[in-house]
Amino acid sequence: MTTTTTSTSTARRASSLLGWASLILVGATVGLGLVLPKTQEQAEYSRLIAVHPPAAWASYVAVGVAAIAAIGHLVTRRASWDRVTIASLEVGAVFTAITLATGSIWGRPTWGVWWEWDARLTTEALLLAVLLGAVALRRSLAPGRGRAVITSVAALATVGLLPVVHFSVQWWRSQHQVGTLLSPDPASNADNPYIVAMLLGFVAFTVAFAWLVVQRVRLEALEEAYDEVILDRAITDRRAEARPTTEVPA
Amino acid sequence: MWADAGLVAGKDLRIEFRSRVALNQVLPFSFVVLVLFAFALDPDRGILERAAPGLFWVAVLLTSLLATQRSFAVEAADGNRDGLRMSGLDPAGLFLGKAGAVAAQLLLLEALLLVGVSFLYGIALRSFGLLALTCLLATLGLAGAGTVYGAMSFGLRVRETLLPLLVLPVLAPVLLAATRSFEAALGGAPRETFGWLGLLAAFAALYAVVGLFGFGPLLEES
Repeated sequence: MTTTTTSTSTARRASSLLGWASLILVGATVGLGLVLPKTQEQAEYSRLIAVHPPAAWASYVAVGVAAIAAIGHLVTRRASWDRVTIASLEVGAVFTAITLATGSIWGRPTWGVWWEWDARLTTEALLLAVLLGAVALRRSLAPGRGRAVITSVAALATVGLLPVVHFSVQWWRSQHQVGTLLSPDPASNADNPYIVAMLLGFVAFTVAFAWLVVQRVRLEALEEAYDEVILDRAITDRRAEARPTTEVPA
Repeated sequence: MWADAGLVAGKDLRIEFRSRVALNQVLPFSFVVLVLFAFALDPDRGILERAAPGLFWVAVLLTSLLATQRSFAVEAADGNRDGLRMSGLDPAGLFLGKAGAVAAQLLLLEALLLVGVSFLYGIALRSFGLLALTCLLATLGLAGAGTVYGAMSFGLRVRETLLPLLVLPVLAPVLLAATRSFEAALGGAPRETFGWLGLLAAFAALYAVVGLFGFGPLLEES
């Protein structure tokens, strides 16, 4: 019973602070994105720069965090690492889906198609498939040590895709533009307000990612505690049931 | 480790040699796939010829899925899983043996399938060295990753449906790199294959490392 009370109160203040911070930051990003000036070529759609690259960034962060937590679990075998791994994989799948959705919305007016068989798009879609696969694997396993180890190995196997997704734009001729921010050529850098909106987006989405992971970790801990309570209760009930029959006449 | 790998690979290959599943079921299946592609793409020689490298590797990918599933299905019966765990064999050796046996079967199937592609799609094969190297590196990657994911979904009742979902997206880089490498080799631009061969080698190495270190925990916990 003590486990339930401690896990409902895990880091209440810190996590609600994180929640408010992510709400305000994401709100500010959306607000700033909506007042960005239109560009000549892309009109309204250039404003997606405030959400699209940050969502992609958050999906990378999620896979990275999942892999680090997976190593942490394999080394220490502590359940807390396992919770972070699965939380990160799930939240990562959500951000990957957001990346694909916003990219597709932008692609329709700009490239004229919803979907382009382009290196970056295709590899990001693969990342989504791999993440969904890892989550499906996790869900088909019974709770316990085995599930944690298998989830960890699946998360580690996912991280190998990250460099493929990121460098796909350079490796293959691609419609997708190469990285804007880290481009060495200053002329290709986007104009200032866009950079500001995008940087704010990076911070906002990272904080939002952290908050979602914290919530998902708490949920996982509660679920585990619930399983334990249910099992304890079932055992107690069974014992109570069995007691009278112990006095069977010899 | 190597001795254990040899034992396991020898056992798997002996099972395949006696049961002839690879030869009598998997190989005909891959030919059916080749024929289906011809139906789907309208046997207009132009399309098939251009798409042949990709179609060949898609057929290999599906075949490798069957081979991996088969490799773990033989361990699922009669409590063999517990037998493997209790055998005292080195898990890294087990991984190498399992993956090695799958790779050996795949290489044989690829050779036969290549003849099939050349025959059915009218492709003139050339630069055999590069084709062979591409096949070898790609097969090591396919077998390694397949064996890792096979072990992951080993103990599950849903493994037949889950394994394709897990492993096919992961194998996509192999499909891409092997296809491009084949295109370059067949198109007479051998220099262009090197980058793709590098990617194939990196993929194979990555999954070899994951398998060598991960197979023990996976086998123990699955």
